[in-house]
Amino acid sequence: MVVVQCEKVWEQISDYIDGDVDAGTRSAMDTHIQGCQRCTSVLNGTRNVVNLFGDERLFKTPMGYSWRMQRRIQSDMRVRRRTVMGWLVATAAIAVVSGSVVLAQHMGANSGGEKSPMANLGRVPAELEVVVTDHGKLFHIKECPFVKESDHPHAMTAAQAQTEGYVPCVRCLGQYVGELAARLLNRGTWAGFVATR
Amino acid sequence: MAVKAAPDADTQEQDLVRRVQNGEQDKFYVLVKPYERRVYTAAFAILRNAADAEEVAQEAILKAFANIKQFRAESKFSTWLIQIAVNEARMRRRKDHAEIMEPIGEHQDDEGTYAPREFADWRELPSEALERTEVRELLLESLATLGSKYREVFVLRDIQHMSIEEVADALGISRASVKTRLLRARLMLRDLLAPRIASGGFSRVPFEKGNKPW
Repeated sequence: MVVVQCEKVWEQISDYIDGDVDAGTRSAMDTHIQGCQRCTSVLNGTRNVVNLFGDERLFKTPMGYSWRMQRRIQSDMRVRRRTVMGWLVATAAIAVVSGSVVLAQHMGANSGGEKSPMANLGRVPAELEVVVTDHGKLFHIKECPFVKESDHPHAMTAAQAQTEGYVPCVRCLGQYVGELAARLLNRGTWAGFVATR
Repeated sequence: MAVKAAPDADTQEQDLVRRVQNGEQDKFYVLVKPYERRVYTAAFAILRNAADAEEVAQEAILKAFANIKQFRAESKFSTWLIQIAVNEARMRRRKDHAEIMEPIGEHQDDEGTYAPREFADWRELPSEALERTEVRELLLESLATLGSKYREVFVLRDIQHMSIEEVADALGISRASVKTRLLRARLMLRDLLAPRIASGGFSRVPFEKGNKPW
């Protein structure tokens, strides 16, 4: 029969309580503990510790903890959604601007010849008074915020501007260029994007 | 007629994780709700302060949400979550220099046998005793006096009921270290509590310096 000393019992008491000792060791420890008052006290006391601290009534979360946690998660998700929306709007706006430039270039390339299939998107009234600048490729209405005095704008009709190869600015002539462009631009999504960032 | 077995809890949880990873954000709270208390307890075990523990628990759960795509199904979601909470709480402790009054045993060597003190036998305390605030406070006070390396292991294993392997994963230590620290933590708590809760009663002798059994 294997005989164990007190020190060996103390070293193994935790595994003994967890049922993590082999049958031989358990049997030897049982024999020792039965005849040793100190080790009986150690076993009972340690077992009490495990039972008392393992009771879920011991650790109570602060009142309202769960509610505050849920609210914090929801708030964090709202912030994340706004950021994602900001990026989506920015991407959409960039796509519209790029698209209008491509469209305008396409229209410009076809301005002297046969009517392009996309040319019907540019429904700017021929007699509308517009301005062009020396170095720009776009024509604008006079009030367009993209046109500054330093650009030296000069006036002409929309038809004339198109003949000279200028294309409509989507910011001020968006309503003639495309419904989506007009809708996004009228909502001031750029401002929204900047604010969200 | 063959009856389709109901999916077990693990399968349901894995399904929830996948749905959150695929963008169903509203399912995240359903996923973490069962572990809210465990996250708080893990943070409390390290910080020993309810307000800090709650704040860290929130931060940990938000961090888990932000990094949910990095979670791999090889480990348990709860272990991963507790690991984040432990790391967040440790960072907070370092930042706040919370261990100004360093608990006894913090730098104690794990090697060598810990000799438990000799007391008259401590009979089992009825579980109803935990309904008494003073008993709960006594237990929490005694836990707070343990060094953090023992307290962390003890809380995850004996309060959170995590396996030895899960504790080792969550704390980033070996299985052998978990077992050694757990043994010491249990014996130290036994030595601390036995004289106060012996024979079913308890005394409110404060834990002062020099009044600890180890």
